[in-house]
Amino acid sequence: MLSIEHYLVLSLALFAIGVGGVLLRRNVIVMLMSIELMLNAVTINLVAFSRLHGSVDGQAFAVFIIVAAAAEAVVGLGIILVVGRGRETLNSEDMDLLKW
Amino acid sequence: MDWHSIFDQARTDVVFLFPEAMLVFFGLATLLTDFLLTKPQKSWNALTAMLGVLLSGASLWLLVRPATEHQTAFSNSIVIDPFFIFFGSILLAATALAILLSVRYLEVEDEQSGEYYGLVLLAAAGMMFLACGNDLVVLFVALQTVAISFYVLTGYLTRERRANEAALKFMLQGAFSSAILAYGFSILYGIAGSTNLELIQRAVQQRHADFPGADLLTFLALGTITAGLLFKIAAVPFHHWAPDADQGALAPAAAFISVGSRVAGFALLLRLFLTVFWPVNLDWAAVLAVAAVLSLTLGTFAAITQTNLKRLLAYSSIAQAGYILLGLVAGVNRDGTLHERGLQATAFYIFTYAFFSAGAFGVIILLRQKGVIGDEIDDLNGLIHRHPVAAVFMLIFVLSLAGVPPTAGFVAKLLIFWSLLETGHPYLALMGALYILPAVYYYFRIVAAMWTTDGSDAAQLPLVIGVTQKFALTAAATITLAAGIFPEQFLRFAKYSILGSFGL
Repeated sequence: MLSIEHYLVLSLALFAIGVGGVLLRRNVIVMLMSIELMLNAVTINLVAFSRLHGSVDGQAFAVFIIVAAAAEAVVGLGIILVVGRGRETLNSEDMDLLKW
Repeated sequence: MDWHSIFDQARTDVVFLFPEAMLVFFGLATLLTDFLLTKPQKSWNALTAMLGVLLSGASLWLLVRPATEHQTAFSNSIVIDPFFIFFGSILLAATALAILLSVRYLEVEDEQSGEYYGLVLLAAAGMMFLACGNDLVVLFVALQTVAISFYVLTGYLTRERRANEAALKFMLQGAFSSAILAYGFSILYGIAGSTNLELIQRAVQQRHADFPGADLLTFLALGTITAGLLFKIAAVPFHHWAPDADQGALAPAAAFISVGSRVAGFALLLRLFLTVFWPVNLDWAAVLAVAAVLSLTLGTFAAITQTNLKRLLAYSSIAQAGYILLGLVAGVNRDGTLHERGLQATAFYIFTYAFFSAGAFGVIILLRQKGVIGDEIDDLNGLIHRHPVAAVFMLIFVLSLAGVPPTAGFVAKLLIFWSLLETGHPYLALMGALYILPAVYYYFRIVAAMWTTDGSDAAQLPLVIGVTQKFALTAAATITLAAGIFPEQFLRFAKYSILGSFGL
């Protein structure tokens, strides 16, 4: 039998993998994918808690998260496309026009 | 509840949505009317956008009376209270300033379009929802609306490589912080089983009583949400996006993003910390104090070495956020009760900050002329001869940023230091006061540049200024001075906002 803890641990692990991906990987598309992974962890959390409390609020919230993630991905990939055309690299370490 | 009563309720509640609805309606309208305009007429889009802001302001004015009774609407998901009226009016004023300052800049840039104004209005609608949201779902969707509009505004000039890079960095860091914040929201939902802030507050209180000391879930929620919010207000250690976004974005958008993001961020921070996290107050005040001191230190010392005006202002804004955070620390007494004067000072600071910060960006916007980008300190050379009024305005804004009388910044900083002393944080007060000295040094560089006579060829050109820009800068300078010389009215407004809203 799966309990709420299993879902929370899964979600925390997924979230940690996402954070690790953003901090360690240098390709901006992989970074964006890692952020989506973090949002998926949030969705799992919400649905698990929704089941625990027997209220549908969490499932509704989960749908909103998915929609917001999609909107973010659209704008994000658009920006990445413009940047990629200009300089033909997607390595975040080469983005050095702006620094102190 | 049957469908009829739900519709009846919605019909009465819809009035409370008018301020945001006007912004969304006119934001979408500018996208459509844009097609009807020929290229020379494109600046009329600003007129549509301003109309939206004015109507939104009028609807907000009509809500002043209901706000005193703390109306909630749409099953308690938004709350109309003095806090919302206060932050709503600051946000609308900032939006109006941004639109007025944009018109001529976009003209010079030859990038006049309806999308720009549409994005500004949609971001403003999101910020208004951040100020009135009483439900995690509303707050999250509002946050994403603001964030996504800001990413596009930052990268608005697609031919500028700097703007592209700024947009990319802002987008990655913004999405990262939103995800962290969302994780915190999901934990809060787990604690309470509801997305309503009042119910969550009760659940957190209950949990605090059940597990005194270290409760992992509350701690996780507090940590992730604090990190996400510190990002939105660009406080150290989550500040990296602000200098890049401000330097890369076109100047009016940078002003809007810098001011709007902070004001809306602080509205959300105050709302969450004074309701949901109030029962665990003693933990968060210390965290905010650390973030405040770090922001002051980094913002002040990083600004000293800057040569780009937009980047300099970005770092100085980080220091300003540090002062506002100090005000929040002064909002809590030693015994864990609320300190009225500290919160009043914080609200006053946020109100005046919106005007003097937008004003300082406004003078940089003036420097953008045909063939001159004008965002380096050297571009200010000889401004006193080119346009004395603009130079005097810049002097007023810079004095206010530094905290020199008789400007609003002085009163705001003084009040915050005073309430820090009252709540028993003498070292923090001393530190904040000492950081004014290096700040005066780098603000003085701006003033010195304006008064130097020898300039490059660009510095000899006359400064062409649009009517709307004159109006916006005059308004910002008037409020900066008025709040510095006659602060009583403004302080009463600040007091009304905070004390009326959190049951104190």
